[in-house]
Amino acid sequence: MAWLFLIPWLVGIGGITLGPMIASLYLSFTDYNLLGRRNFVGLENYVRAFSDDPRFVHAATVTLEYVLISVPLQLAFALAIAVLLNRGLRGLALYRSVYYLPSLLGSSVAIALLWRQIFGSEGLVNQALAAAGLTGMPNWIATPEFALGTLIVLNVWTFGSPMIIFLAGLRQVPHELYEAAAVDGAGAWTRFWRITIPLLSPVIFFNLVLQMIHSFQAFTQAYIISGGTGQPVDSTLFYTLYLYQKAFTDFDMGYASAMAWILLLVIALFTWLAFGTSRKWVFYAGEK
Amino acid sequence: MALTFARPPARTTAAPSASWLGGRRLGAHVVIILVGAVMIYPLLWMLASSFKPENLIFSEPGLIPTGFTFDNFVHGWTALGSPFTLFFLNSAIVAGLSVIGNLFSCSLAAYAFARLEFRFKPVLFALMLGTIMLPFHVVLVPQYILFQNLGWTNTFLPLVVPKFLAVDSFFIFLMVQFIRGLPRELDDAATVDGCGPISVFWRIILPLMRPALAVTAVFTFIWTWNDFLGPLLYLTQRDNFTVPIALNAFLDSTGASAWGPMFAMSLLSLVPLFVVFLVAQKHLISGIATTGLK
Repeated sequence: MAWLFLIPWLVGIGGITLGPMIASLYLSFTDYNLLGRRNFVGLENYVRAFSDDPRFVHAATVTLEYVLISVPLQLAFALAIAVLLNRGLRGLALYRSVYYLPSLLGSSVAIALLWRQIFGSEGLVNQALAAAGLTGMPNWIATPEFALGTLIVLNVWTFGSPMIIFLAGLRQVPHELYEAAAVDGAGAWTRFWRITIPLLSPVIFFNLVLQMIHSFQAFTQAYIISGGTGQPVDSTLFYTLYLYQKAFTDFDMGYASAMAWILLLVIALFTWLAFGTSRKWVFYAGEK
Repeated sequence: MALTFARPPARTTAAPSASWLGGRRLGAHVVIILVGAVMIYPLLWMLASSFKPENLIFSEPGLIPTGFTFDNFVHGWTALGSPFTLFFLNSAIVAGLSVIGNLFSCSLAAYAFARLEFRFKPVLFALMLGTIMLPFHVVLVPQYILFQNLGWTNTFLPLVVPKFLAVDSFFIFLMVQFIRGLPRELDDAATVDGCGPISVFWRIILPLMRPALAVTAVFTFIWTWNDFLGPLLYLTQRDNFTVPIALNAFLDSTGASAWGPMFAMSLLSLVPLFVVFLVAQKHLISGIATTGLK
């Protein structure tokens, strides 16, 4: 009887998830090109990626830079604002909504288009800078040194959803702890580092893993901002964007499959690292 | 005398600390409002710019338009040959069917995992959990080949059918957790009254899990409405475009020279999200707070 309820899921996991997963692992050892060529080439795709494809290494570096800069910044903002909001301020619900709005809209094409304008040569940012007397500012989107920065800003801008998770976590911290610490003469700074951070560390950990996995797979914003190219000089060539180009512009499906598996392994590695080190810095109340 | 003498000093030590606290609270308000204003400014500016003549978009960083026009909406709506009416309709069909699909398939699977006994249950449950964090790209290429061989390109099927097959296992997990929180006595009582699993599910569980269904519906809608990669792969004919793909085509065809109409259409594309936000705020917030949905 239970199987009746599971039919859709079983068909899905077999036909749309596990089947294609195995197929993609197989294809990653071939030179399949969608037009019929499909020779087994062993590890060649993997070897080529690391030893003979500078764009692959570059895309991986750009993505890693994006993740390692934007995720900690995003979480820092989320935590800072959550702590401020948690003081029982009036208007909490309104503030929370306003801060969440960018997270809701941030992954849309519309916002990516807006970003293209804002950081363009005559965009909002440069208009504001000009009003402040700073003229001759570059087109940020088209300058290799800054293009990735605009995407990082965009990701940090969506700190509202981790902030809501932090707020829920902060509610669980017993108020008496702060009062006791204040009686003992601990200042706000000490209370933050000695009480808030340790008690919130499971939530920080949760947010970290979640946002990292999410950011590794960022695609839409880089695609729109660079018009699908990853330009200027490949400075916004996210890993997933390069994978897309390999698969659907060059039809190098074997190579793209290898890239997908490398991405899976890297995400798994980072998740495992986070879990592995979590014993050292994540504090679970009630545990020794 | 001793009493009146003792009081004033007590007051003077208490008073500064109270006003200091009040000052800190005011400071928190100021910081939150300032940061919030900076964050929300680009959105408000886009709203204002949609009603500005083209030249003002590039010269007016302020919010109050000195010139006001509806031209951007009029021109934008038909700029792509097919009107945006069609693209909005396509997006609504895809998002609507996706919501129905996820509610249907995920709730069925969740009920089985939470309440029924079957062979290999622990293995299958672990499998389901394992696919939650799976990057989409690992299945991208073979799925594309599969759907192409089925002749599904340029239809909505590659976007919608997976939803009816419970591929978003995150929602299954969410619902399993929710059902586990429901008292089992209700099931047992219904079973004693002669209900089979199907009517227990339909009459007892489904009505009770409305909050989890609401969270699923809201997030499925937001994700599919914003989805870009899926439609980019499978929808290549203009009449099939969803709104995000249409906006991308808009950018390609005008080479970023028609910001006014593009802003106007972008703004309209965000309206359904905003409406969902206003209507379902409670579910959004609880969904994020309890599960980390984005």
